[in-house]
Amino acid sequence: MKLLEATLAILAIVSCSIPSWAGDPRISYAAKFADRNCSWCHGPSLQGFSTAPRLAGQTSQYIENQLYRFRDHRRDNPLSKLYMWGAAANHLSLGTARNLAVYLSTLSAQPADDGHRWLAARGRAIYRDGIPEANIPSCVACHGPIAEGAAAEGAGQIPRLGGLSYYYLKRRLEQWGDGYDATAARPMPGIAGKLSVNEVEALASYLSFVR
Amino acid sequence: MMRLSLPPKTRTSRAHRGEWRVVLVAVSAAVLAVGLSAVGRAEDSGNSAFSVQDLHAKIQYCTYCHQPMGQGYLGATPIPRLAGQQPEYFKNQLEAFIDRRRVNFYMFKVAHSLSPEMLTALANHFKDLNPPPLGGAPEQLVGAGKRIFEQGVPDAKIPPCSTCHGPEAKGKGQFPRLAGQLYPYIVKALTNWDQERGQGGTAKPDTSAIMRPIAHGLTESQIKAVAGYLSTLG
Repeated sequence: MKLLEATLAILAIVSCSIPSWAGDPRISYAAKFADRNCSWCHGPSLQGFSTAPRLAGQTSQYIENQLYRFRDHRRDNPLSKLYMWGAAANHLSLGTARNLAVYLSTLSAQPADDGHRWLAARGRAIYRDGIPEANIPSCVACHGPIAEGAAAEGAGQIPRLGGLSYYYLKRRLEQWGDGYDATAARPMPGIAGKLSVNEVEALASYLSFVR
Repeated sequence: MMRLSLPPKTRTSRAHRGEWRVVLVAVSAAVLAVGLSAVGRAEDSGNSAFSVQDLHAKIQYCTYCHQPMGQGYLGATPIPRLAGQQPEYFKNQLEAFIDRRRVNFYMFKVAHSLSPEMLTALANHFKDLNPPPLGGAPEQLVGAGKRIFEQGVPDAKIPPCSTCHGPEAKGKGQFPRLAGQLYPYIVKALTNWDQERGQGGTAKPDTSAIMRPIAHGLTESQIKAVAGYLSTLG
């Protein structure tokens, strides 16, 4: 009897922890695909590692769109060119890209927490209010109150920014200013170049702590 | 000052027409009051001239969110269409953000960065844009929404929207253009009327009072229907 109870308890625990997509063969293929391909750079649990950004919990539309942009050589940042152009061209069918994106979006995300604490308050102010006198709009209108991005149907492919690595966010903003990835969805290429070094570091710091 | 009258095609009972006449007199009075206070404000404002470059920079600033043709955008929150908006309404709303008559997290700071002259220039810029509507609303709502727009909901004492907003929903003067406005934006505006608009109390009354009973009187499904219809109009 005790054995039966224990078995039931274990079954209950296990069944709770299985996500809803677990039965879907397309998604379990995507999970294997991510494990064999993406995790080399993006880390074993896809939380980001070194220069490779966190993929876990990113909005699915955004991931899918970026994979196509790598494949079509539209996202031309130096590291994208070096790693992602080949990866996206060689291994991804349209179906795989979509399933992979959906799988990655369901993973829970850890904040990088690697920005400068003393810059976070300034970054938060810019994120929420923009800098109206310098014609910089607020980030929050599109990226959301907790920088969760927009995944709603009909919304743009707006990425989640909260908890991404300080170094990734800073590099991305700076490279827009340098003219890379000029075909990215407006308004990012235009705005990023107007931010000062301090403002970029403040924003990237703040966002790295957002959970 | 504009005169208001019911369009001749409106199908309504005599009793309702009588009630609406009262509403319309009230509306005219409100518009007149707001118009007079606007004149007072215009005299107060100084002459802060701006260059063409300043104007272009501000237009770009607006369009970062509202899009290059002012067609609006679905961000984390619906960002409304500005294209074709009535300049008088446009200016009144930007002033409403500053006066806290209308509460909006994003627009309060934005409005503070605009001089009255810049505001006029921006209002004139957006009024001349005419991009196609953004679309995306549930199509099955359009028929019911058109009926509400043209005939109102007599049982709930809701006048036809077209009475004030015009038969094509292009608006006039203080009455905003609704044609082509984003579906989720209209739904949000009508649903949250009392939380967002008319926040100045008796000290700062404004035209939002006209819509308050109408926004209250519409059911959730009626709001969605009329928003769906308006979002399709070019």
